[in-house]
Amino acid sequence: MSVNFIEVRSLRKTYGTTVAVDDVSLTLEEGRTAAIIGSSGCGKSTFLRCLNLLETPTEGSMRIGGDTVTFANDKMASGEDQALRFRKSMAMVFQSFDLFPHMTALRNVSLAPTIVNGLKREEAEGLALKLLERVDLRHKADAYPGQLSGGQAQRVAIARALAMNPRVLLFDEATSALDPELVGEVLAVIKDLAKEGRTLLVVTHELAFARDVADTLYFFDQGRVLESGKPQELMSNPQTERLRAFLKRFQGPLNS
Amino acid sequence: MSYEFDWSAVWDPSAWMTAIGVTVAYGVATTVAGLLLGLILGLLLVSRIWIARRAVSLFIGVFRCTPALIQIVWFYYAFPMALNINMPAWLAAGCGLTLYMAAFSAEIFRGGIQSIEKGQWNACRSLCMSHWQTMYHVILPQTFRRMTPAIVNQSIIQFKNTSLLSVVAVHDIMFTASALTSETYRPLEVFTFAALLYIILIWPMASIAHQVERRFDYRSSR
Repeated sequence: MSVNFIEVRSLRKTYGTTVAVDDVSLTLEEGRTAAIIGSSGCGKSTFLRCLNLLETPTEGSMRIGGDTVTFANDKMASGEDQALRFRKSMAMVFQSFDLFPHMTALRNVSLAPTIVNGLKREEAEGLALKLLERVDLRHKADAYPGQLSGGQAQRVAIARALAMNPRVLLFDEATSALDPELVGEVLAVIKDLAKEGRTLLVVTHELAFARDVADTLYFFDQGRVLESGKPQELMSNPQTERLRAFLKRFQGPLNS
Repeated sequence: MSYEFDWSAVWDPSAWMTAIGVTVAYGVATTVAGLLLGLILGLLLVSRIWIARRAVSLFIGVFRCTPALIQIVWFYYAFPMALNINMPAWLAAGCGLTLYMAAFSAEIFRGGIQSIEKGQWNACRSLCMSHWQTMYHVILPQTFRRMTPAIVNQSIIQFKNTSLLSVVAVHDIMFTASALTSETYRPLEVFTFAALLYIILIWPMASIAHQVERRFDYRSSR
């Protein structure tokens, strides 16, 4: 058994008296996919944002590869010098795409490699074209986000994340803002990435997708991990009433 | 009884040419300088340095809440006195107006920067871009496009406000009109002509700005 690549221990995030993430621990091996499910407001997005350091956790520790950051009292307690490398080892795809509206698809993908990783403009654009090809959008390289459909925009966002050459990809409800008929094209890209052996952490409402793609499934409820394990087992044999109720509500999509 | 127009009263080409030059020079210089200063102040307003935010807010409060005319007169007479320095009159006259523009445009830039969706910051942070890289490549370009109408508006106001400089003997269009009036006792013709000059100067600028705005509107580029 290989050693865990991602290891989160006792992560907590509170806003005043509200507990958003409560004592969450999670592990993931390199090349594997974990899916996080749960109803709205269960803390799964906050957890992902904490992992990407978009939110500062209240307490707990997180390790990716050899970089560890720990938190106490809403501050980073150790790992300050590793924080940038920690964040750099992952890239996030957001629910609202958040492409840069004043830049072409090509520039959206090549900007960060140029200014953060120091690639020459031609190199970065070559990389961007390759990645746009990868998500089947090379012909849209010169289009602005406003000219793309939601599905296309999200695929550009995936290319933008891949351009940073991350070791982990985080998806924060990447298909929730899409029209139903556009969900498939984005899920297909994510599925391919999983098959390629990328390490993925996917927060999603698409249960069928989670079942087919994830190696491990985490069920969040009220900020806690209520159940975790193999998707098939979890879904066919839920141990808690909460998960049973949750699955029942999503019965439709599961059978599709 | 009807008024007999006598348009010969306005016939003084050399005085008007000088006046137009002075108005355009002050209009452009105080607008550009005011916008640049306003941008810097706007960035300080959204910075994490609380003392800078406080200081800039105080500055904006003072300069937004006093009439431009008082600022011009104060900078012309009192400012050099207060600092005990010898300031060239042309510079002292422009200072008040520049700071007036800066105060208003700082608020425009602050509002513009804060109106950009939070997701843009998140995306940049996630891509490991620094605060200033995010500001320079992502936030400000969108701010400028979004705030163009407000900036153009404020620039037009600024351009017209240069007429206030006539009270400190800057030989602009307004000053020339007043002088010509006291020479000819023909205020109706002279001030009508002066008004026409302002329209001829400002209208084209406004429509050019409008076209630039449309060209840069990536949101409707579908």
